[in-house]
Amino acid sequence: MLQFRNLIKASIKSILKNRMRSLLTSLGIIIGVGAVIVMVAIGEGASERIKNNIASLGTDLLMIRSGASRFGGVSRGVGSAVGFTFKDVDEIKERATTLKAISPLVRSAGQVIGGGNNWNTSIEGVNTDYQYIKSWEIGAGEFFTERDVRGRRKVCVLGHTVAKELFPNSNPIGERIRIRNTPFQVIGVLKEKGQSGMGQDQDDVILAPATTVLYRLKGGIYVDMIFVSAISTDKIYEAEQELTTVLREIRDVKPGDDDDFSIRNQAEITEMASSTTEVLTLLLGSIAAVSLLVGGIGIMNIMLVSVTERTREIGIRLSIGARERDILTQFLTESVLLSAIGGIIGILLAFLITYLLQTFTTLSTVIKLDIILIAFSFAAAVGIFFGFYPARKAAKLNPIEALRYE
Amino acid sequence: MNKIIETKQLTKTFYLGDIAVHALRGIDLSVEPGELVAIMGSSGSGKSTLMNLLGCLDQPTSGDYFLDGINVNSLKKDEYAEIRNHKIGFVFQGFNLLPRTSALENVELPLFYDRTLRIKNPKQAAIDALARVSLAERMDHEPNQLSGGEQQRVAIARALVNQPAIILADEPTGNLDSRTSVDVISVFQELNDQGITIVMVTHEPDLIPYAKRVIEMRDGIIRNDYLVEKRRRAKEDLAEMATLQEEV
Repeated sequence: MLQFRNLIKASIKSILKNRMRSLLTSLGIIIGVGAVIVMVAIGEGASERIKNNIASLGTDLLMIRSGASRFGGVSRGVGSAVGFTFKDVDEIKERATTLKAISPLVRSAGQVIGGGNNWNTSIEGVNTDYQYIKSWEIGAGEFFTERDVRGRRKVCVLGHTVAKELFPNSNPIGERIRIRNTPFQVIGVLKEKGQSGMGQDQDDVILAPATTVLYRLKGGIYVDMIFVSAISTDKIYEAEQELTTVLREIRDVKPGDDDDFSIRNQAEITEMASSTTEVLTLLLGSIAAVSLLVGGIGIMNIMLVSVTERTREIGIRLSIGARERDILTQFLTESVLLSAIGGIIGILLAFLITYLLQTFTTLSTVIKLDIILIAFSFAAAVGIFFGFYPARKAAKLNPIEALRYE
Repeated sequence: MNKIIETKQLTKTFYLGDIAVHALRGIDLSVEPGELVAIMGSSGSGKSTLMNLLGCLDQPTSGDYFLDGINVNSLKKDEYAEIRNHKIGFVFQGFNLLPRTSALENVELPLFYDRTLRIKNPKQAAIDALARVSLAERMDHEPNQLSGGEQQRVAIARALVNQPAIILADEPTGNLDSRTSVDVISVFQELNDQGITIVMVTHEPDLIPYAKRVIEMRDGIIRNDYLVEKRRRAKEDLAEMATLQEEV
């Protein structure tokens, strides 16, 4: 223990003797460790942000469409099979146990007149569950109710963009608008949602009861899609399984035949996005790791110079009874200390830089404990690896020649 | 009485390419406790090679070497280091102190490598050793703040601190002027009076009267080995020099 303390003391002394040089040597490690942590923090930050964006779409979301039908061996493509009706929606709701919310979607589009303006937008017929599925809050007024849906009432909720276009200076709630010449009463305005991942304006929409849109605007008996929310994100695959079974029964698909409907989930998109950002993080991290390696070579360089410069000192130490091992550990301790100190400074630097990035730029960063540990132990390992050769060189010196060295 | 040093037909041959250089050609030497031996010889006589062998810095080509009763030839590398640490105190021509390190820390250095921890309080031992060479009050000075004579005294203190069986001095006065040389020799004489065995290598005949025994080497063998009859005390000579200087 005493030996160890002396060793550390001696190493610190020798590092402090050449302050400037020690600092420059450590600089490689400081920058390396700092860069690794900052780069990975930026990568993690980006991935976190993308994950959050996707989560706001609803990761527990499943979308059901009718699928391809076959007629005499000829496939007619997606949507050609018999569509879903409101009755199907009710039946799914009744039989499935893994669902939290379910809503049909009836799509229509057309000219809307109101408040002295007109605007072309899409009209989505849904039921009350829809706002939970999309986690879409109402900004003003209220959403329509079950009774509105059952009664096919002509009420609607405006998206933020539509409200702005039709009623730029007044409150739209309570106003009457005409959708394709059918009068509707505005009972609410949705909160602004912004652009979707694909760049579409999600607020350019009018929501109305599905029944109203289907029977009074669009006509026909089939809905376009069914939106379903699983009871939780981790139950999404179970929900998908159950839905498949239920739908096959409802639609009377014979065992062995292909499904005539399709179920898509957002988890696939999440996975794709997060694997992209993982690659990004890995890329940034490995570029930074190269600088750490270069820093290590800097340490080796300086330690080699140091060994040559201190040949005489090594000779003295050997002549008064130092063993090879003692010289080896002394030089190794020095290089490990150099890189460890560099590593600690690098970590502090990384915190400072990420703080500045957070404060003054739009980049978001996430520093994880494990990356700090990895970067630090990598720095220490670099110290051992690149310190070993010079240290061995020092330990193997012949004491007589070392003493004679000028 | 046990001999401190005993060598039997010690030889050392160096090879420079194909040419064999016989630096030592059969040395039989024994040194007993309390001796103050001066090994004389011109350069190339093999005295430095002998010194390296005696100091366990190098191994002989053939022959046996017993140091304080231990057959050194049979030892491994680490044991060599331990022998150097426990049994030998070195004094070099160039002082060989660690730069930018205080006198005290320089003296403490051998104890740093002593794994047996024989000496309980290294710092106190170092202070005591410095006191024996009358440098206790300068223990915080670094080598570049000390004169040549003082640096050599620090080196002697470092050689003393681990209580060695013998002090080996390789041209200890080589870098010093004549007055300082006598000063350093007076330190050796004092230590020798206290019972410490000293072997020094020198090519300065002026120093012969201060030794107890002289060994003359030439061409790798011992040519002459005699006891000094008219011994001089370095301390008295120093006092004489001082008075002479005052008269001038």
